[in-house]
Amino acid sequence: MTAPSPDARSSVRARAAIRTESGPGGGTRLDTLRSDPPLTLRQTGPDVVHLVSTAAGPLGGDHLALDIDVAPGTTLDVRSIASTLVLPGPFAGDSVMVVNARVGAGASLRFAPEPTVLAAGSSHRVAVRLSLSRDAAVFWREEIVFGRYGEQPGRCRSRFDAVVDGSPLLRQELVVGDPATDGSPAVYGTARCVGSTLITGYGATGSGGDAAARREPSEHAARRAMLGDGCAVLPLAGPGVLVSALADDAVQLRVRLEWGEALAVPFCRESPTAPS
Amino acid sequence: MNAALLLLADSRLPAGGHAHSGGVEEAVRAGAVTGLDDLARFLRGRLATAGLVAAALAAAACELASTAADAAPAILRWRRLDAEADARTSSPAQREAARTQGRLLVRTARRIWPSPALSSLARAVPDGAHHPVALGATAAAAGCDPGQAALAAAYASVTGPATAAVRLLGLDPVTVHRLLADLAPSLNETACAACTAPHPEHGAVDPDDAWTADPDSPWAALPATAAPALDLLAENQLRAATRLFVS
Repeated sequence: MTAPSPDARSSVRARAAIRTESGPGGGTRLDTLRSDPPLTLRQTGPDVVHLVSTAAGPLGGDHLALDIDVAPGTTLDVRSIASTLVLPGPFAGDSVMVVNARVGAGASLRFAPEPTVLAAGSSHRVAVRLSLSRDAAVFWREEIVFGRYGEQPGRCRSRFDAVVDGSPLLRQELVVGDPATDGSPAVYGTARCVGSTLITGYGATGSGGDAAARREPSEHAARRAMLGDGCAVLPLAGPGVLVSALADDAVQLRVRLEWGEALAVPFCRESPTAPS
Repeated sequence: MNAALLLLADSRLPAGGHAHSGGVEEAVRAGAVTGLDDLARFLRGRLATAGLVAAALAAAACELASTAADAAPAILRWRRLDAEADARTSSPAQREAARTQGRLLVRTARRIWPSPALSSLARAVPDGAHHPVALGATAAAAGCDPGQAALAAAYASVTGPATAAVRLLGLDPVTVHRLLADLAPSLNETACAACTAPHPEHGAVDPDDAWTADPDSPWAALPATAAPALDLLAENQLRAATRLFVS
């Protein structure tokens, strides 16, 4: 029996889009909400959109893309109904998820879907490109679970690039399922999940980042990282904070990230707000 | 053949590298590295993440140092490359350690291999460029090519921590050097991968999604492999009451 050749019809290509615009009275209106199964979008509030996966996967060979455009002065909150289970497909080839997001001046985007779970044998690639205006507020959470309970994880490369007014803010790639990094005390240690949340906001650190911090000892102290169990709140060199966490399971990961997110918020507002 | 590469990679180069453990000291304190097996996994993971990123930045810096001619644009490009290093270093403790080492290296290198590129880098980033950027510029000044700069950076990403582990855990130095010898093929592969730009894994995943060409940032697609544990270790090391190494 000859192996079937990769066939375009056997895998899914989908491109969904969300675009906001200023509504009457300064509110937010969803200008575009384009689903493309399995990426199905549902508006669940004035500026809230839920991602509803209407098929299993992604499976190997699938290529999914989501374009997000948050117009200046508008607000968007993107969530998902359930975690994403990445599965191997019938044919060779990675599953690919690409998210392009633009957040305009004075706009705010919260992107916090449920975790991505890498089932055994899967091979997944994620690319997130986030382009921000300097005074945009963003909360972007990413959680990766290394396989279902007791399962060897699939492979994943998740690349994240955030650029503020054209200058790089954060570029990081998480690689899972590589023998060089799995189980390394330098990379994930004994953790089974990794997560991070990028938070930027109005006047987050001002211009100059670390260089300014070095000149101002008091500011330097405020810009130091904060540490919890398996979690760090890391002020970036540019205007933003990264909450980074490792954990044994998805519940612990979320607890750790939320702890850090609450601490990170004061960094990101001109007038600090108490963590709730 | 290039004897300059040996001088550049030699731990006896008086540039302060011996004061840094690359996270090993804190990993030992936390019980995450207790012996040779842990150390081997630590070094392999460090090379695949921070080592690859350092190698790519060093290669880019070496290339930039060899091409940058006019003073004013060169300064802007050095700052941009240094910002790319910043964006790949989310831990403030690691940024501080990288800049401290970069500052010392440039200061030393300007006396050993005076060059317009090193002067330009020192002017562009007076507080100290990230160490891989400084290393790449130094490599160019010493007469090395970008591949050699990448190899020196990959090598430094594991030899410093390995030597620190010998001191911290009282390991047999010969056995630890055996670990480094086992890593030699991976060091070559890392240096090669670092010079293949854009990295095949990081470039366009689909023609529809090709990176928009950004003339200001030819380095956007360089590797950015993260090591969350190294970030946590670096921040914890800063808070340790007693420490043998700066980082």
